[in-house]
Amino acid sequence: MENEKESEILKKAEDFLKVFKKGEEFTHDLLVTNEKLRYRAIQLEDEVNSLKRTANMPADIAKMEQTIHQLEQEKKNLLNKFKNVEEENKDFASRYVEVEEENNNLANLYVASYQLHSTLDYQEVIRIVLEVLLNLVGADRCAILLKEEGTSDMVVVASEGMQTFNFKKVKLGDGIIGKAGQTGESHFVTDLKNFSSDDPLFPIVCIPLKIKEHILGVISVFALLEQKKEKLTRIDYELFSMLAGHAATAIFSSKLYSQSERKLSTVQGFINLLSGREE
Amino acid sequence: MSQQYSFLVVEDSPTMRQLVTFSLKRISNAKIVEATDGVDALKKMSEEKFHLIIADINMPLMDGLKLLSIIRKDPVYASIPVIIVTTEGAEVDKDKGLKLGANAYLTKPIQTNALLSKVKELLSMEGT
Repeated sequence: MENEKESEILKKAEDFLKVFKKGEEFTHDLLVTNEKLRYRAIQLEDEVNSLKRTANMPADIAKMEQTIHQLEQEKKNLLNKFKNVEEENKDFASRYVEVEEENNNLANLYVASYQLHSTLDYQEVIRIVLEVLLNLVGADRCAILLKEEGTSDMVVVASEGMQTFNFKKVKLGDGIIGKAGQTGESHFVTDLKNFSSDDPLFPIVCIPLKIKEHILGVISVFALLEQKKEKLTRIDYELFSMLAGHAATAIFSSKLYSQSERKLSTVQGFINLLSGREE
Repeated sequence: MSQQYSFLVVEDSPTMRQLVTFSLKRISNAKIVEATDGVDALKKMSEEKFHLIIADINMPLMDGLKLLSIIRKDPVYASIPVIIVTTEGAEVDKDKGLKLGANAYLTKPIQTNALLSKVKELLSMEGT
């Protein structure tokens, strides 16, 4: 009887322990769930804060968009300025080339003019005219013809590269050279590429040597140097134009000077003779 | 004060000599000496040092090519840059000049600015 009671109590105790253990497990589960919920609550709090911050974004975006717009405008302005500066640069570069070309032309004209008027010696003036034609124009074959007093001819007084041609004189009015010498009008062959002539009566260039309307003779160019065969340039025409006037004046002055020198020497001879002095 | 450059212009034509001299005067502080042929040039070279020589080919007494070969063979003058300025425009003449040691070969009629830029290029090449 007593044993039965004892076993009943033990059974009850075991049942109680089982219930207690279940209670413990339940409490443990509750604690874990609680922990998870607290963690989730913190996460949600963070999300809420983050959302609150995002709520100000449109204003920031608008500000940023405005900045982008301003920067784009500035970029556009800078690009325009850059384009303008580039155009100015190109303009300066082309003007620089023009100025350099003009400088070159002026240097050529200055030197030619200076040389022509640097002497009163007739032979030297003639040599200088040939030098200008050879060195500054690039003539390979050329000749200077002057009117012969008392005749209607122009005679060759100097030439370059014309040794093989029997070219001594031209009648006024005959051919290109004769006409230039008579009318005072220049002759230029413009299409040099298709021009080829070994005939001294058909020059590339023929310019009259004129002092106002008085024609002294002509300068004729029959061939140009290999490197000049393409075309005549602006400076060539300017040099020809300058030569037409300045070479004529220089030749005329030197001729007058040599004549006056001869006359002076004759007069001096007479004076010496009359006064009984010896030279 | 900028460095002084000495140039020797060897040319028998007074017109070309004046044109070359006139162009070189655009270089500040340039000293230009003129010679009428190769013999005259060698005499002037023995008297003073030049930074650059500009020489024609066709000249009396001694032509530009002979002068150039003498310059290149002489250790005293060999390093001086030489520009040939001539009427001889054929490729064969140009090759001849360059093979003899010319630093540049320009044909007449010259563009003064082209000559000037070649001179400047050669002077900076020499580091003078």
